[in-house]
Amino acid sequence: MSELTRLTLTAAHEGLAQGHFTATELTQAYLDAIEAAGALNAYVLATPEKALEMAKASDARLASGEAGPLEGIPLGVKDNYAVEGVRTTAGSSILKHFVPPYESTVTANLWRDGAVLLGKLNQDEFAMGSSTETSAFGATVNPWRREGSSAPLVPGGSSGGSAAAVAAHLAAGAAGTDTGGSIRQPAAFTGTVGIKPTYGRCSRWGIIAYASSLDQAGPIARSVNDAALLLRSMAGHDPKDSTSAKLPVPDYEAAVGGSVKGMRIGIPREYRVDGMSGEIASLWDEGAQWLRDAGAEVVEISLPHSKYALPAYYIVALAEASSNLARYDGVRYGERVPGRDIVEMYEKTRADGFGAEVRRRIMIGTYVLSAGYYDAYYVRAQKVRTLIKRDFETVFAAGIDAVLAPATPSPAFGIGEKSGADPVEMYLQDVFTVTLNMAGLPGIAVPAGLSGEGLPLGLQLIGRPFGEEALFSLGQVIEEAAGRFTCPDEWWR
Amino acid sequence: MSVDQATVRRVAHLARIAVTEEEVVHLQGELNAILAFVDELAEVNVEGVEPMTSITPMTLPLRADVVTDGFYPERVLANAPAAEDGFFAVPKVVE
Repeated sequence: MSELTRLTLTAAHEGLAQGHFTATELTQAYLDAIEAAGALNAYVLATPEKALEMAKASDARLASGEAGPLEGIPLGVKDNYAVEGVRTTAGSSILKHFVPPYESTVTANLWRDGAVLLGKLNQDEFAMGSSTETSAFGATVNPWRREGSSAPLVPGGSSGGSAAAVAAHLAAGAAGTDTGGSIRQPAAFTGTVGIKPTYGRCSRWGIIAYASSLDQAGPIARSVNDAALLLRSMAGHDPKDSTSAKLPVPDYEAAVGGSVKGMRIGIPREYRVDGMSGEIASLWDEGAQWLRDAGAEVVEISLPHSKYALPAYYIVALAEASSNLARYDGVRYGERVPGRDIVEMYEKTRADGFGAEVRRRIMIGTYVLSAGYYDAYYVRAQKVRTLIKRDFETVFAAGIDAVLAPATPSPAFGIGEKSGADPVEMYLQDVFTVTLNMAGLPGIAVPAGLSGEGLPLGLQLIGRPFGEEALFSLGQVIEEAAGRFTCPDEWWR
Repeated sequence: MSVDQATVRRVAHLARIAVTEEEVVHLQGELNAILAFVDELAEVNVEGVEPMTSITPMTLPLRADVVTDGFYPERVLANAPAAEDGFFAVPKVVE
């Protein structure tokens, strides 16, 4: 990799401000890196012309002293963000020719602050997956490999393209989305930092919906400080999203390096699940010790309904998905397959345009919302969701500032390893991440160590509603104690 | 609860997704695996618990009911698989 792509976003920002290099040079270095990394399949579309045009405009603003907070920083964007005039597919062949005539609010915020678009990043189709294998554009490959092995591993998902691009230095940072763990699990699998902010912190407007009461935008980055810079630009109130929070956006960077002395950190005993690997368990203990060493108090807590979060999620999310994805009917946008009549046209269009996992999830969602099953499944799941949220409210009321947990039950697994006949095997990937989507809470995944086979492992911190600043302070403690993790071998070049 | 093949066909039709006979067999197994997994919720005591309707304690904002956007039919239709005379075009619906 070039010296320029090696820089963190924070360092690149300083280098640009001091005139050590130009936005055009930085952007070109990333475009060259993308060009050489086809084997990773991280990008579904690179936009080099647009990137260089945006970089040139950044250079002009840097020269005239009008630079924004992310001026000249080259980013990748997950393919479920609508970017005006740039093909946006959400990883689905039903949208393979969709070119949005509008811009998502989060990406508009990034461009307002001077960021440069490198291209669109691969993802599981409609963000439904934990491995980026369900993409219509083929799987993304994790830049990390097991020591002494060339077997391809998944980068996690659904924001797997975003995580792989950041880890392989194909972007200074990336925008992802998280519905059940889709930012934090890929961050953990690739040694990167990912934060899912509080529900309502970022606008969902212009992001292709999966499950609207759970979806949130957030960054994936190479350091806690980089993530703080990105979130500050992405977040904010938006009248176009009625669920977006009318709250000022704090200076998250100021919270990085802030004292955690006296913070009370909860260790939920219910997260010690059967079959948790020994290395994850000891990493968790180590993380608790790092926080203690930094002056935090670590206490055991109980979140009694944790084990029901995942099954409740698969009812709520799939019900919302079946409703959200009803719009892909071959009429207003997307692909169309002709039929004898309009119903046959709908049925053929959707059978042809959606992949197997998406069809499966829509059907489950349709089933749990159908007459006779609505109360037994959907209403019950929403009641369980109330109980899950109440578990967190109880511990926060008792003075807990944040919860520490593993990010994933295992390190990255092999491509094809979990795509057998039982879809539930893949769903279990989200066991530690999904709870806080159900409760609307913020969570950050920070790389904390390597597995015995040399793969990154992450820890997760869960905060109070709109408590992202505490997460950045605590995340920084882990980053300083554990160090940063760079992929040792650029085998894809 | 588990689904039989007739239910798989009925749900597929409700979801407007065409399925082949071969797919019905696979889908039945996959859907039943997912349903068996979520059946765990049956053991939770939800007596007197309100179902969640809003994750954050907020009231939905209101705004004046006036047109704030629009007047560009060509952009609205730009991604349509078929359009005619400023309208989306679909197969004949009414005989």
